[in-house]
Parts: sequence; C-alpha cells; structure tokens
Amino acid sequence: MSQQSQGGAPSVPVLLATHLVLVVTTLAVLYPVLWVLKMALTPSQAFSMDPMPFPTEVSFQNFREVIGTTAADGSWLFGRQLLNSLFVSAVTSALGITLACTAGYAMSRWAFPGRDIGMSMFLVTQMFPGVVMAIPLYILLDEAGLLNSMLGLALVYSTTAVPFSTWNLKGYFDTIPVELEEAALMDGASRWMTFTRIILPLARPALVVTALFSFMTAWNEFILAATFMGDERAFTLPVVLQSYVGDFGTEWGRFAAGSILVSLPVMLLFFALQRFLVEGLTAGSVKG
Amino acid sequence: MSRASPALPFAVAAALLASAPAEAVELTIWHAYRGDERAALEALLVQYDEAHPEVELRPLALAYESFVTKLEAAAPRGNGPDLFIGAHERVGQWSATGLVAPLSLDTSGLHPATVAALTYDGQLYGVPLAYKCLALYYNTDLVPTPPRTTDELVAQAVALTRGDTFGLVFEADAPYFFAPFMHGFGGGVFDAAGEPSLASAENAAALAFVADLARVKKVIPEEPTGALVTQLFNDGKAAMVVNGPWLLGELKPGLPFAVAPLPIVSATGKPAAPYLTVEGAMVSGFAAHPEEAKALALWLAGPESALKRATQGRQSVATLATYDDPAVAADPILSAFRAQLDAAVPMPNKPLMASTWEPMAKALRRVMRGDYTPQAALDEAATELAVTTRPEPPAADPTFAWIALGLGLAAALGALGRQLINPAVRADIKRWAFAYLYVGPAALAMSVLVMLPFVVGAAVSLFSHKDGQFTYVGLANYLDILLARDWPITSALSFYFTLVITVLWTLANVVLHVGIGLGLALILREPWVRLRGLWRVLLILPWAIPNYITALIWKGMFHRQFGAINAILDAVGLEPVSWFASFSTAFSANLITNTWLGFPFMMVVTLGALQAIPRELEQAAEVDGASAWQRFRHVTWPLLTPALLPAVVLGSVWTFNMFNIIFLVSGGEPDSQTEILISEAYRWAFTRQARYGYASAYAVLIFFVLLGWSRLGNRVAGRKVL
Repeated sequence: MSQQSQGGAPSVPVLLATHLVLVVTTLAVLYPVLWVLKMALTPSQAFSMDPMPFPTEVSFQNFREVIGTTAADGSWLFGRQLLNSLFVSAVTSALGITLACTAGYAMSRWAFPGRDIGMSMFLVTQMFPGVVMAIPLYILLDEAGLLNSMLGLALVYSTTAVPFSTWNLKGYFDTIPVELEEAALMDGASRWMTFTRIILPLARPALVVTALFSFMTAWNEFILAATFMGDERAFTLPVVLQSYVGDFGTEWGRFAAGSILVSLPVMLLFFALQRFLVEGLTAGSVKG
Repeated sequence: MSRASPALPFAVAAALLASAPAEAVELTIWHAYRGDERAALEALLVQYDEAHPEVELRPLALAYESFVTKLEAAAPRGNGPDLFIGAHERVGQWSATGLVAPLSLDTSGLHPATVAALTYDGQLYGVPLAYKCLALYYNTDLVPTPPRTTDELVAQAVALTRGDTFGLVFEADAPYFFAPFMHGFGGGVFDAAGEPSLASAENAAALAFVADLARVKKVIPEEPTGALVTQLFNDGKAAMVVNGPWLLGELKPGLPFAVAPLPIVSATGKPAAPYLTVEGAMVSGFAAHPEEAKALALWLAGPESALKRATQGRQSVATLATYDDPAVAADPILSAFRAQLDAAVPMPNKPLMASTWEPMAKALRRVMRGDYTPQAALDEAATELAVTTRPEPPAADPTFAWIALGLGLAAALGALGRQLINPAVRADIKRWAFAYLYVGPAALAMSVLVMLPFVVGAAVSLFSHKDGQFTYVGLANYLDILLARDWPITSALSFYFTLVITVLWTLANVVLHVGIGLGLALILREPWVRLRGLWRVLLILPWAIPNYITALIWKGMFHRQFGAINAILDAVGLEPVSWFASFSTAFSANLITNTWLGFPFMMVVTLGALQAIPRELEQAAEVDGASAWQRFRHVTWPLLTPALLPAVVLGSVWTFNMFNIIFLVSGGEPDSQTEILISEAYRWAFTRQARYGYASAYAVLIFFVLLGWSRLGNRVAGRKVL
C-alpha cells in the first residue's frame, strides 16, 4: 500500500483542484437537499420558495407527526410500515441477487444455446414502459394468490431489478480471469463450489452495487405497492409518503420529513457497504 | 385481528352469511382523506361500527395518486371496496364501467348543486358528503373590506401592487383557477347543449380580462405556481388570493386573513363561479354488500355525521341543516365557503371533461406568455380538443389477426424445432445442460412477471377503448401515429417530433451522467483524497431522497421571479432567464434536474467497476512515463468499458422512459415541446379520453425504437454488447 500511495501522490495544485471539484459538486448536491430539510423542520405545510434554504424556526413537529402515525385502533403504524419496507427491500435484494448472480455467471462463462437471445431478452424487458403493465400484473398476482403479500411484492420488484443486476454482474464476471476457475476445477472442486467460493468473493464490488440497486428499486416504489396491498398495515413507507400528496394540495412539511426519514436507511446502508466499492480486492488484499 | 382472504369468492361469503345470520358483515370503505378530515371520518366509522353489530367496518385511507388506479384494478375482480368516497368528476366514466351503482334517495336535505354534481344522465350515483371550491382569501391588514365586483377587485389589486407586494395572486395560467372568471363572463368549457365550446367569445373575454391583470396591470406575479401563491400570502406579500379550503392547512399561524365569496363580474353582472368538486359516498357496482354500504352512506350524509365532519374535520359539508348549527354558523370560513356554494358550477362529470384540461392550460400559458391573442389561443385549444377526442377507429375483422398470430407461432415453433433437430445444437444443449440450471430461475421469473404482462398490455394496442369496452381495430392505432394523421409531423404533438426530442434527451443525459459519475468515481478512489467516506455518502443523496420532492424543489429553483437560479444569475450580473418560456431553456431545466438525480447511480456503478482494474497496471504505465490522460485512455478506459457498458446501456433505456422528471419540472412546456414519448403515452392513457389502445401502441412503438437503439449501440461499439 505504501508504494501505491507514493506512486500516486499528486502535486499541490492537483490536490487543491480535486478537492475544489468535490466541494463544489457536494454544495450543488446539498443545496436542494437543504430545502427538504428546511421544509421538514418548519412547522408549516407550505412549499418553500424562499431563496434561502435555511429554516427560520426549527421544530420537530413534522417528524413527530410522521413517526407517530397510528392506525384507527391506536396501534403504531410507522414502525410497522418501516419494517414492511425493510423486509420487502431486503427480500428483493436477496432474491434479485440470487437470481442475477447465477444467471450472470452462466452468461459470462458458458456459450450454451439460447444465451445471446436470453441476454437480449433481459435487456429488452427494460424497454417495456411500465404504463401498460400494472393491470395485467395485478390480475396475475390475484390469480396466484399473491395480492396483499409482501412476498408477491418482493417477487415483482426483484424481476424489475434482475435485468440490470444480471448484466452488471455478467460485465464484472467477464473481467475475472477464467484461469482461476480452471485451476480450481483441475483441483477437483465442483462447478458450484468454484462459483460460490472463488468467483463470488472476487465479485464483491459488483455484488454491492447490485444489492444497493435492488434495494433502492424496492425502497422507493409506491404505485405497485399501493395497488397490490389492501391494508394500511401492509403498506410500505413510500405509499404512506405519497399519501401526503393530495388532490388539491400537498402536506409539504410532512412529506419532507418523511422523505428524510425514508432516505436515512439508504444512507446508512450505503455507508456500511461503500468500503467494498473502493478497497482493492483484486490484489488479494481482502479487508478484514 | 382475523382477516378474511380478499380472494374469498362471493358465493362462499353469501353462503356463510345465510347459514350464520349473526355473523357480522364486513364492509370495506376506501377514501383519500388526510389530516382532520380523515380523523373525523374514522371517528364516525368507529361510532357507526359500535352502534351496528351487524356490520364490521374496514376503512382504508389511500394516497390520492393511487386511488383511481387501485380502484379500477381491484373492484372488477372483487377485491374492491363496498363503499368509497371520491370526487364526483369520474362519475360519468365509472357509471359506464359499472364501477358505481345507481342510488335512489331523498335528497331534500342536501344542497341541490351537490346532488347535481353526482348525477349523470339523470341518475344519481352517490350520496353527497362534502364539497370543495375556490373562494377569495384576503389579508385583512391590506384589504379591510373584500371587493364585491371585479371593478372593485381590479381597483384594489392595482392600488395594493407596490414594491414586492402583489394585489391579486392566483394560478392564473391553470384552467381550474381561470374557471371562475370564465363562468362569470358567461362562458364555459361546454355550451348549453353539452358540446365543447372552448373558443367561445365569452371565454375569450374572460381570458382577456385575466391576461390584462397579469400582463398589463401586473397585479399577478409571473409564473404563479401554487407554491408561490401560498408563499406570498404567508409572507403578507399577496393582498388577495384565489384558493380553496386546502390552503388553510398551509397558512402561518397568526396570519391576519379572512375568506369571502368571489366577486361579481362587472361586465356581465354574473358572479365569478368556481368549479364545484363534490365528495360523494359511492356504492361500488361490485360491492359484496350494497345494501349495508348504502345504509352507511346515508348515515354519513346525515345530520349527526355532517355536524361532526364540519366541526371536527373542518369540512364544508353538503348537508344544509348543519349550517344552522350555532357553532358552524359562527365559523367565518365555513360560512364563506357555504356562500360560495350558491355560486359554484359543478365540474362537468362527463368523460369528455378530462380531455379539456390540457388544451385549455396550453391556451392560458400561451396568452400569459404574450405569444397569442386570447381568441387565437382558444381556437387552437378547440382544434386540439377535437383531435384528441375524435371518434375511435372503426372495428376491424380480427380473422386476419388470428391467421397472422397462427402463422407467426407456427414459424417460431418451426424455427425452434429446426434448431432442436440439428444434432450439433442438441450436443451443445447436452454439453451445457447445467448452465440452464443457473439461468432457469431468473428466466422463469422474468417470463411470468415481465414478459407475460407486457404481451397482454401490448395486445391492447390493437383495440380501442371506450367506457371499459375494448373493440378490436387492427393496426389503426399504429397507422394513426406513424402516418401522423392527428398532427402534422412538425407539430410538437406528433410522434416524430417527440421522438427526436426523446433521443436528444437520452443522449444528453447519458453523456452527463456518465461523464460526471466517472469523473467523481476516479477522484473518489484515490487514497490521497481527504474525507473520502464523507464525500461518497453525501454525493449519493440525490439517489437516496425520493425524487418527487427534489424534482419539485428544482422546479421552484427555476422560477422566473423567485427562483434561486435566477437569483444567482442576477448576483453575478447576468440577465434572469424565463426557464419555461422557450424550448432550449425548458429542456435544460429538465436536463439539469435529471443529471442531478442521475449521476450518483453512475458514480456508484463506476466505483464498483473500477475495482476490476488492478492498480498495478496503471502504476506500471506511470513508471513507463505515460501521462495521466494516456493512462486513463489506454489502460483504465479499455478495462472499464466491459463492466460499465451494462449501466450505460440500461441507463439510456431508463432515461428514454424517464417520465416523472418531464412531468414534474417542465410539464411539457412550452407548448408540449419538451414532452418525451413516454409522457405522451401517459397523457393518452390518463388525460386524453382514456385511450388505452392508443397509449399502448405508443408503448409498443417506444419498445421498438429502443430495440433499434440497442442495435445501433452494437454498431457504434463495434462489437456485440447486447
């Protein structure tokens, strides 16, 4: 490692310019986000058009109201819905990755008949505009008895995430030298062992990206969730968030507070996963 | 709590009821109320539930945006509510599809306008519970007595417009807010015979009146969005605003204001009459227990419930007796809206109404921008309405389609069979048999949950849709689109124009997302960068926060008079820009917003993909004397592309269909020029006569365009990537 950083040590102007780029980009990213924070912390439900994105009064009322939502019978809804969201997103991630990593691996390594067509079909599904699919999907889930079911929802979400995940993993598997597996197979390891013990650990950066992507697919979706779920207790958080948007007006304070709450788990997840995205794995330096 | 399966067949439920009459009947009630209104309704439902052991109520509050989709999907399959509370506007369409059941009841205690709103073709379809309409809010510090006529209104507004304060603020370029003046001048969207009359002289006079307020007298600010109206009124910088009861929840505590009915239009002596939206309790046409549902609906409209809804839910109720109650009579706001009710026009509930909003909005904006005279803009709107509501194509003979389908299937099976007979292919299949185990689960899931629904949805493109009835029309929808029969090719509404914009939109986005994402990823992997973890987490914020709110914040930042972007331009000495008045700036506004939203994903993917490249290679190149650019161009980039390409290809496909940014930021302005194909498809399905077949044809064409696009991508990449 020390040799590497010596080799890459930049000159002072480059160092300054790089950090300047980061600061400017981050400010551009944060500026609109500050408005979300401002609306969340302002007790009013109005949309703020003030050019200053700082709250003039700070109150946690919106957060309290969003978190404290209860059902008609007094049971705590927000916690329940947060768990639903976490469950559906986690299952989507797990299911999506399982389906995608095996498919992506087979497509990367083996020239079986139908592979090219299969890969094109996966891509082609991404070209289907969602507008035409909601009602047929509803009927399908209804016939399968999977309406009102978290599992049904996660299944639909994971098929939404599988094409990108498969392609992304396939692209990454392509960069891993085949010689590694050949050596393992030569030593008598089974195909499945080689895949799970050698290839998957090496593909960790791509798996992390894929997991995050699948998680986000499920985490922010509300139209299908609202259509498929028939009980408040089964709703996910984005459905609840969307209910602050009304026919005539929107409860912006609560919507903003909810948006921030909804984005926190994603930030935490990314924070926990990001080290896999930047720490070299190819040189065999597996991080402990 | 035990919950019966919603899939429980009706027959079984009925049999159970017959055998056990003491068993309570489950009644499902759907509504979209929030806040106080919701609390009041739910308290009433609990009260009813306790008083009526024969029923057990299952209320469900739904988001307004998903209410209609869910209702129309669930009800025909027996999963819908017994009773639902919704706005009356769709009653015409719902009565045709059987979604609402006709009712007969004594309506004497209810305001006649609210009953008329829920009546379609002479038949009542719901029990009126409450109503919403616009009225005049005024700041009592600035306006001691509200104007009674528009002459007074104009005089006061002009006198009060000073510095950064505006006399009269409302969404003058939105048809709903224009409607009071349209009606006051004697106009309307439909004439007395019920035929569309967008371009009537009365409507033009009303539009001239409003345009004069905005453009000549300048008592209305530029680009008066709903958010701006609230902001200015809250800040005491709007003397009067035209708005509905929903504004109350957004007002600052302590703001000195009052509400009055809208003034009389001086030119005609008629009151400025806003649209009336009535919330009715409607018995579903698919209700399992219609009798019980009707009984509940009647009780909800009754005096006891109405009083609670008015006092606790702060709701303007349809029940007349409630307004005699001392508590309600003493409430100045409820009284003002009650007075406005007498001069309100029920929003037309015929299906044609839904198609009028878009052309009217376009006409209003054209006049407000100063591009058109009122009459010319309305003439154009009438033409557009005539095209979007033209008769459906004639029914076609499906024989040919069956033959084509049969031949196609036979050809496909034949090709597959030929492959399977081929010994080389069979040997290959045997050799790679295990590979199918790896691919199988994903392929199966995709076939069932993605392919199948799409094929069904795509088949709809061969049909026309009217009131829930689908008629086979062959390729008529495709021919209409591809031969540009509706609009000239150069029109912003033609398929080809929109296609060009969509391609431009996709290319520009992908270049920016990948460029910025790649640049940041290259920086953020360098070990010498300080606080790498912090930057990385902060830079994914746009991906993490729901884009509905951030897209609207961007829209606010692009505001002509009050937006942050123009404030910055002004600070550095540049001219402010009317972002949504011309194509290039409106397109840029969409592009900037979507780039802000889209680069974090590309950054994350690139960070992952960069891990596939051993740093030793780059270091070796550096030792050999390669410059930073040469190292990137000849070492990093070639190794990066295979891992990055999927994200680029799929990213371009997603951007091609990125509907909500267009919808939320520019909304197609100016004059639909910034619409993309998917937002056009959406409009055909949801705002233009529910032409599902036409919208589906659009979706299928989008699919083929993207298929061609990916083939082109292969050519450009010089190898098979897709």
